[in-house]
Amino acid sequence: MPEPILRTNNLTAWYGDFQALFGLDLELSDGEVIAIIGANGAGKSTLLRSIAGLNQSNSNQIWFRGNDIGALRADQIAQQGIALVPEGRQLFASLSVEENLIIGARSGRPGKWQLSSVYKLFPVLEERRHVPATELSGGQQQMVAIGRALMSNPELILFDEISLGLAPIIIKSIYEALPGIVDQGISAIIVEQDISKALSVSSRFYCLQEGKVALQGESRTAEREDISRAYFGVVQDEACHEGQI
Amino acid sequence: MNWINALVQGVLLGGLYALFAAGLSLIFGVMRLVNIAHGDLIVLAAYMGLSTTIMLGIHPLLACVVVIPLMALFGYVLQRGILNQTLGDDILPPLLVTFGLSVIIQNALLEAYSADPQKMNVGILETASLSVGGLSIGVLPLLTFIVAVFVIGGLHWMFYHTGLGRAFRAVSDNQEIAQLMGLNKRHVFGLAMALSLAVTAIAGLLLGVRTNFDPSIGGARLIFGFEAVIIGGLGNLWGTLVGGIVLGVAQTIGAQINPGWQLLAGHLTFLLVLAVRPRGLFPRMTG
Ligand SMILES: Nc1ncnc2c1ncn2[C@@H]1O[C@H](COP(=O)(O)OP(=O)(O)OP(=O)(O)O)[C@@H](O)[C@H]1O
Ligand SMILES: [Mg+2]
Repeated sequence: MPEPILRTNNLTAWYGDFQALFGLDLELSDGEVIAIIGANGAGKSTLLRSIAGLNQSNSNQIWFRGNDIGALRADQIAQQGIALVPEGRQLFASLSVEENLIIGARSGRPGKWQLSSVYKLFPVLEERRHVPATELSGGQQQMVAIGRALMSNPELILFDEISLGLAPIIIKSIYEALPGIVDQGISAIIVEQDISKALSVSSRFYCLQEGKVALQGESRTAEREDISRAYFGVVQDEACHEGQI
Repeated sequence: MNWINALVQGVLLGGLYALFAAGLSLIFGVMRLVNIAHGDLIVLAAYMGLSTTIMLGIHPLLACVVVIPLMALFGYVLQRGILNQTLGDDILPPLLVTFGLSVIIQNALLEAYSADPQKMNVGILETASLSVGGLSIGVLPLLTFIVAVFVIGGLHWMFYHTGLGRAFRAVSDNQEIAQLMGLNKRHVFGLAMALSLAVTAIAGLLLGVRTNFDPSIGGARLIFGFEAVIIGGLGNLWGTLVGGIVLGVAQTIGAQINPGWQLLAGHLTFLLVLAVRPRGLFPRMTG
C-alpha cells in the first residue's frame, strides 16, 4: 500500500480547557475522497480546522505527503497544498468576488486553477466579478469560497458543509461541479450533514461521535443501522439523521 | 480677508494633521491596534531628522531619505518583536504596551536631546510665501498640504489596487481565514506598521521644520491625529484628510476669534462631530 497523502496520528484538539478531539487516527490516500459525518458538535469542523492549522496541533500528529505538518502555522500548511473551504463560507467582505479569488492564489502554487478555469467552472461568478463578495446569494458565495480554495492549486481540499443553508437546487449544482474538481487528482475530505450525499461522493467515510471515530468503512457498503448507532451512540429505529439513508 | 486667510491656513494645517492621522488610521484598520505611542513616534522622527541634518549636513527635507527607511524598519521590528505578542482578544495589552513605549521614547529623547526646544532650519523656505488674490500663502504649509494629499492618495491606491493592499484588507476582514490564503499575519502586521511609521516619518519631518519641538509634545500630536481620524470616519483614508482639514480650520478660526481659543475650538468641533455623527463624517461603507 502506498504511503497515504494525509495521516493523523492520535490527533487531539482543545478549545481552552474543553477537549474537542480525542486521539483521532485517519488516513487518506492520493486522489481519494473521504467523507466525515457525525452529529452537531461531534468535532467535524474541529478536525478540518486542525488539519488546516487553524487549531493548534503538536508535531507528529498530522503528516502530509511524508512531512510532519502538525506544528506548522496555517499559512505554512496552505503553502504545502492544503486548502479549506470553511463552514459558513467566510468570504472577505471588503474584497470583490475577483479579489477573493485572486487572494486565494496568494501562496503562488502553480497548477491548472486560475481565474479563467474557476470562471469556467462557475460562469456566474465572471458576470459578478466586481461585486463585493458578500453581496452575492448564498449559493454564489459558496462558489466563491470553493473557487478561492481552488486558486491555491491544492493537493488536498477540505470541504466543511458546503451545502449548509442552501436551496436543494443550488446544492445539486454545486455537487455537480465536484467531479470536475476531484478528477484533477486532488484528494478531498468532505464534511456534510446530508449523509447520503456524503456517502455518494466518497469512497470511504469516518463517523465521528464526541471527538472520537465511532465508525469507519466503505461508503458503498455502509449500513444504515451501523451509522445510526455510531451517530447517536445508541440504536434507534427511524432515528437515522433526517431518514436520508 | 482675515477670515478667509484663517480658513486657508486652517486647510493647509489640516494636511499636517491628516499626516499625523494616516499612520494611526492604517494600523487601527489593519490590526485594530490603538497606538498610544504614535505622537511620540512623530517626535522621534523629528529628532531623527534633526540628527541626520546635523551629521550629514543636508537639508532637513532631504533627511527623509534616511529617516523614512529607518522609521519603517523600526516599525517592522517593533511589530514583529513586541506588538504582535500583545494582539489577541483582549484589547488592553496593546494599549498598555504602546503606552509604555510612549513613556520610554519620551525619556530616551529627554536623555539624548534634553528638554530644550529644537527646530530644523529650512532656510528661505521658512519665510517664502506666494501671494494669491491678496492672501499670503506660506510655501512650507502649502508643500505640507500637497505632500499630505499625495501620501493619502498613495495609501488609498496601495490599499485598493495592489496585492499588499488586498492582503491588508483581507487580514482586517478576517485574520483566521487570511492565514488560510498563505498569508502570515505577523508579517502582514509588520509591513503595516512599517508603512505607518514611514508616514509618521514624513509627518515628523514636516512638523520639525514648521515649529519648535521638544520631547514632551507627542501627546498633543496623538490627540490631533485621533481627532482627525474620528472626525473623518474610521477606516476611510480620504475621510481622514477631511477630518484633518476640519480640525485645522476649527483651530485657525478659533484662534482668529481669540488667540487662546485655538485648541479649544478644535476639541469642541471634534466633540460636536462625535455627538452628531458618532461614526464620523465619512464612515467606511461595507457590504
Ligand atoms: N470556538 C469554540 N470554543 C469553544 N468550544 C468550541 C468552539 N468551537 C467548537 N467548540 C466545541 O467543540 C465541539 C466540536 O465542535 P465542531 O464545531 O467541531 O463540531 P461539528 O461536528 O463541526 O458540528 P456542526 O455539525 O454543528 O458543525 C463542540 O462541542 C463545540 O461546542
Ligand atoms: Mg461544523
